[in-house]
Formats: sequence, C-alpha cells, structure tokens
Amino acid sequence: MNKIFLVIQREFMSRVKKKSFLLATILVPLIFPAIIIGMVYLKEESEKNKEQETIHLLNESELIVFEDSERYTYKPVEGPLDSAKSDFSKSDAFALIYIPDLDIENPKGVAFYAKTSPGVTLVRGFERDIESQIRDRKLTVAGLSNDQLDQLKTDVTISSFNITESGDEKKSDAKSTFWISYVMGFLIYIFLFAYGSQVMQGVIEEKSSKIVEVIVSTVKPFQMMVGKVVGVASVGIAQFAIWMILFAVIWTLAMSFLGIDVASGQTSGLTPEQAQAQSNEILEIIQGVNWTQITLLFLFYFLGGYLLYGALFAAVGSAVDTPADAQQFMMPIMLPIIVSLMGLFMFVFEEPDGPVSFWLSIIPFSSPIVMMGRIGFGVPAWEIALSMVMLIAGFIFTLWLAGRIYRIGILMHGAKVNYKVLAKWFMQKN
Amino acid sequence: MSLLKVENISKSYSEHQALSDVSMEIPEKTIFGLLGPNGAGKTTLIRIINQIIEADQGSILFNGAPLNQEHIRNIGYLPEERGLYKKMKVGEQLIYLAQLRGLTLREASTRGKAWCQKLEIMDWWGKKIEDLSKGMAQKIQFIATVMHEPQLIILDEPFSGFDPVNANLIKDEILELRDKGATIIFSTHRMESVEQLCDHVAMINKSEKILDGSKVDIKEKFRDGSYYVEFKEGEIKSGSGFELISTEDIGRGLKRSLVQYSAEGNPNELLKQLIGQAEIHSFVERIPSMNDIFISLVKGENPELAEA
Repeated sequence: MNKIFLVIQREFMSRVKKKSFLLATILVPLIFPAIIIGMVYLKEESEKNKEQETIHLLNESELIVFEDSERYTYKPVEGPLDSAKSDFSKSDAFALIYIPDLDIENPKGVAFYAKTSPGVTLVRGFERDIESQIRDRKLTVAGLSNDQLDQLKTDVTISSFNITESGDEKKSDAKSTFWISYVMGFLIYIFLFAYGSQVMQGVIEEKSSKIVEVIVSTVKPFQMMVGKVVGVASVGIAQFAIWMILFAVIWTLAMSFLGIDVASGQTSGLTPEQAQAQSNEILEIIQGVNWTQITLLFLFYFLGGYLLYGALFAAVGSAVDTPADAQQFMMPIMLPIIVSLMGLFMFVFEEPDGPVSFWLSIIPFSSPIVMMGRIGFGVPAWEIALSMVMLIAGFIFTLWLAGRIYRIGILMHGAKVNYKVLAKWFMQKN
Repeated sequence: MSLLKVENISKSYSEHQALSDVSMEIPEKTIFGLLGPNGAGKTTLIRIINQIIEADQGSILFNGAPLNQEHIRNIGYLPEERGLYKKMKVGEQLIYLAQLRGLTLREASTRGKAWCQKLEIMDWWGKKIEDLSKGMAQKIQFIATVMHEPQLIILDEPFSGFDPVNANLIKDEILELRDKGATIIFSTHRMESVEQLCDHVAMINKSEKILDGSKVDIKEKFRDGSYYVEFKEGEIKSGSGFELISTEDIGRGLKRSLVQYSAEGNPNELLKQLIGQAEIHSFVERIPSMNDIFISLVKGENPELAEA
C-alpha cells in the first residue's frame, strides 16, 4: 500500500513539475473564455458595422408595404420580373423580392432572389413580415380599427421553473441547462482522452526506457498500473481544482464588469431598470443551478470514467513498444467514448429523459459523458445512484481485465501483438 | 550456510519449457555465477527469484524462510534490460528506487549522496538522466541496485555498456560488496569475468541445470591430465602412459608441447620420462578455463552447435 503511494507520488510530481502542466493550467481558463468573449465581441461588431443593404422590390400587390429598416432599404423596381432579375444581377443590391398581385385568401408566388443562398432565418423574417401584414389586412376587412389592431399586439416571455421533490422551485432556463449539459459532457470527454492517453504514453515510456523490470521487482505490476492511473488522475483533479478557482475569480471579475456594462445600457438599448432586471434574472438562473451537486458529480464521473478508460489505456500501453503500434488497439477504446458524445448530441439534448438517454447514462462505458450531459436537466436520485454503482463495478472490472494484460505485456519487448496474443496473456498464469 | 535455496523449480510458458526441476544453493557471501547460453532459462530463474513471475512448481527459501514480499527489501536487482526514467533527476531517481526497496526518504537521500560521492559523480545529482551518457547512466543504475544494502544482489550482464575503466571500477565495487557480506548472483556470457569474480558457478542449458559447484571443484572435475611442457635441446615424443598432442615454437630457442597424461597419474612419473627426452624449462598442468568448460558442456548438450 505504501509503495502504491510512492508510485502515485512520483507520477503526480513528475507531471506537475513539467512546464507544460503549468502552461495548460494557467492558459486554459484564460484562453477559452477569451475565445468566447472574442467571438461574441466580433459578432456584435460585425452586426453593428453592417452597412445598409439595398433590396430591389418588385411589388405588384397593394397589400404589402415594406418600410426601410436599419438593415435594409427597399428600392422599388418596375416589372416585368425577367427584366427586374437581369437588372438586379447587374446591380450590387443584396436581394430582389418579387411580390405578385396577392390573393388575400391564397397568397402565393412571393419570391426572394439573392446572389448567394439566403439564410433560413433571413427568409423566415420576410415571411413573418408578409404574414402579419396580411393578417392585419384580414382583420381590418373583418372590421377592426387600427387602434384595436395595436391593442392585439402583446409580447410574452415564458419563464420556466424546475420543481424539486421537496417542492422548492427554481428558475430554470432552457438555454443555461443546455449549456451546463454541453460543457459538462464535453469536459468529461476531453478529460477522458487527455488523461487516458497520458497514462498510455507513460506506460510506453517506461517500457521503452526499460525501467519496468527494475520497478516490477519491487512492486507488483498491478500496483504499478494502479499507481500510474491514480497518479495521473490526481494531476487531473489538481488541474481541475485550480481551474475552478481561476474560473471563480475570473467569473467574479467578469460579472462586475458585465453588471456595469448592462446597467449603462450601452449595447442593448434597454433602460437601466430593464437592464438591471435582466442581469438579476441571469444571476438568479446561475444561482438556481446546484453547483455543489454538479461539481461533486463531475468529480465522481470524471474519476470513475477515467479509472475505467485509464486502465484500458494502460493495458494498451503495456502491450506495445511505440505509440504508433498502439493505434490498432485504440479503436475499441475510442468507440464507446465517441458513441457517448454522439448520444449526448442526438438523444440527451433532444430528450433528456428518453429511454436511450437513460440507458446510455446507466451503462458504465457511456455514463460519465451522458450522465453529466443529463444532469443539467434534472435526473431522479435513484437513476444517479444506479449509474454510480454501475460505474464503480465497471471500473473494477476494467482494472482487473487490464491488470492481467499489463502484468505480462510490460515485460514483453518486440513481441508482435494482436488480439489473440492479448487473450493469451489474459489467460496466462502468473 | 546458504542464503538462497532454489528447490525443484519448474516453469513453462504455453509454447515452451523455461525451467525444469532446477535446484541450487547459493552460499552466503559468495559471488555465484549463473551461466548458460541465450534462452537457457537464466532470466526466467532470475525473475522468479525477484518475484516478478511465479514458478509453476518448486519453492525458494531465502535465509531459510519461503521467499515473500518482505524480502524485496533484501534483494538488489540489475536486470539485463535496464533503464531509468529519462526525465527524472539522478538524485530523485535514486531516492525513488531506494524507497521502493523499503528505505525511508531520509536514509535514501543520505545513502544516495554517499554513493555518488564515493564514485565521484556528486555533480550529476541534479542532472536529468537524458543529459547523461550511457556509461554514466549505468553507474547510476548500479548505485540504485546496491544502495539499500541488500543481502542478495542479482546482476544480469552487469558489464555490458561499460568502458574498461568503469567496468574495473564496478568490478572492484562488486568484490568490496562481497567482502562486506553481500551475496551476489552474477549472470553473464563473459567467461573472463566469471574466471575473475565467481566463487561458485551453476550452469543452465535448455531449461535444466547441467553443472553446479565451487569454481575450484568444477575445474578439478574437468581436469583432463594434460600438461604444458616448455623445453630446449631435444624432442618430446609420446611415451608410455602419455601422448604428445602438439608442439610449437615459442621463441628464444624454446618449444612448448601439450602432453596428454592421465588426471589420476602422478605428474612426477611424467616429468621423469620428459626429463629423459629434453631440457625442461617449465612444466605445468593445463587447468581448463571456464570458457573451455562452458563450450564443451554446451556443445555436448547441443549437438547442432557442435556441428556448426
């Protein structure tokens, strides 16, 4: 037991002392938010700086009127359509909209011409505009006055709440739940790969530097493997802890800046009161998330998933002499990880409580990613418990399996290894 | 008194028999040569003694007690396939390996430094292994093998990779360790180092032990009663009870003949006859070298080698 601790300590220290660890630990929490903020900034800038576009409007209908907006000015053109099209193609206008003489009961034939394929949301915007104008016209025909029409217009925003078993309600937000799930699932995915392959590389290094035989004459191969896997895990946890602290600091700073920014109403054009209300709402949603639960579950699923896959990565590392040889054995390990990630996108985000989401979050090979993806949407306690028990059983199984391959593999040099050989090692007595 | 008793050890891998019913006793405070051609089973036996693998049958007694995990503390092992962590510093590495053998951090640090001072390599203490030459790394590896002062030191081809100066240095260290009371198992192909160092020898061939005993006894056993005679003035010819094998000129008017006599016969009888034939300048029995014994045994066991 003492010796496993020595191995863990060495694995931990030798990694933490590397410059690359320091760089990754400090830069990641700075770089990722910086990229996100940068992209949001660029998007806003490009929206702001967009020049007004001209749209040719061949309007044969009296029902529809387009008014110039910030984005578009409408230039009426004369028909027929063919000549309008050829004029448009010679001009530098953004688009040509053709509105035939519309039948109010069956408005058909509106066409949108552009030099490149227009985005769906863009066309949908014009569709809504025309639809509402026709609806207004129909209502006027039905006898409503303009005042009455104005009164019909209402704005509704739905606030959604999560009601917990104890009856507390928390303000939830589909968007933030989605983001939490997305980030958590994805983080686990990245961690599994990053630290799993570190284990594999470490084992290959020990094998190729030929120190293994010295080490296994002092500790059992299984202790050596577990020590390495746990040592790398502790690096992961240390890194995660540092990130959490850094994020918390950056978040606090960012929030204080954001608060000021929103309150002054610069970008959103809201009154300070509205802006204040909005930022309070954001805060309320963030506070509504059970961060303690998420962090603890994250640590559990990271560790569990990592132990499960780390053992397999170690077994692969022990079987080969160079990283290039490892490729052939990576597929069966990577497949379930990738399937989990696909399951996250295809099922969990669509239907977090659906049967596929449920099973993927119970099966140990996919549960770390998928359960973390589901957690934001709220998962019954018994499902979490079942999934955790399965994961523990899962990694005990893979550690045992990997240990049997590892003990033989690390002492084999220059052996040509395939699955048959692995199976033989697995069966071989000590 | 034997430190290690190997009793009827057998080990087979699925495709072949690595050791069959091997027994030997390794006397305390001796250098024990474990010889044998490649693939004979030496490494398997060494790995079993190091508890890296388990024997199918048989047992090993260390100081009279069945070998167990506690004995790791008392064994030092320098494998043939050896290496160190390239990215680790010399000092950290020595301390780590000694701790794995059971020393405390403090003990490991003091002894590591003492050894580095002894071998005059203290200025490497803070350097990474990857910055050292192969020979330097070998020295570090040797220190790592012996610094926990084990009762049993197992050295597998310890001189490979050393230049002659460092090989001598290590040889002296090995002798000193033996004199201080350590028992050393020494596995090698290089017979001249067996000749120089070993007190006892065992030979394994094709998974079986074919020879075992003290070097002196073995040589005595392999004496064939042949003698070198250096002479002037005259001619050595075969006579009663002995046969001339060869004669060569060795300069200064001297010749040397190899004469086959019997191992049991009295050399005085031979000498009397020789004196009658020529002026004898030197008369000495040819003692078989370990190399001769090794080759004749291995060839005898492997006829295909003899033909080659």
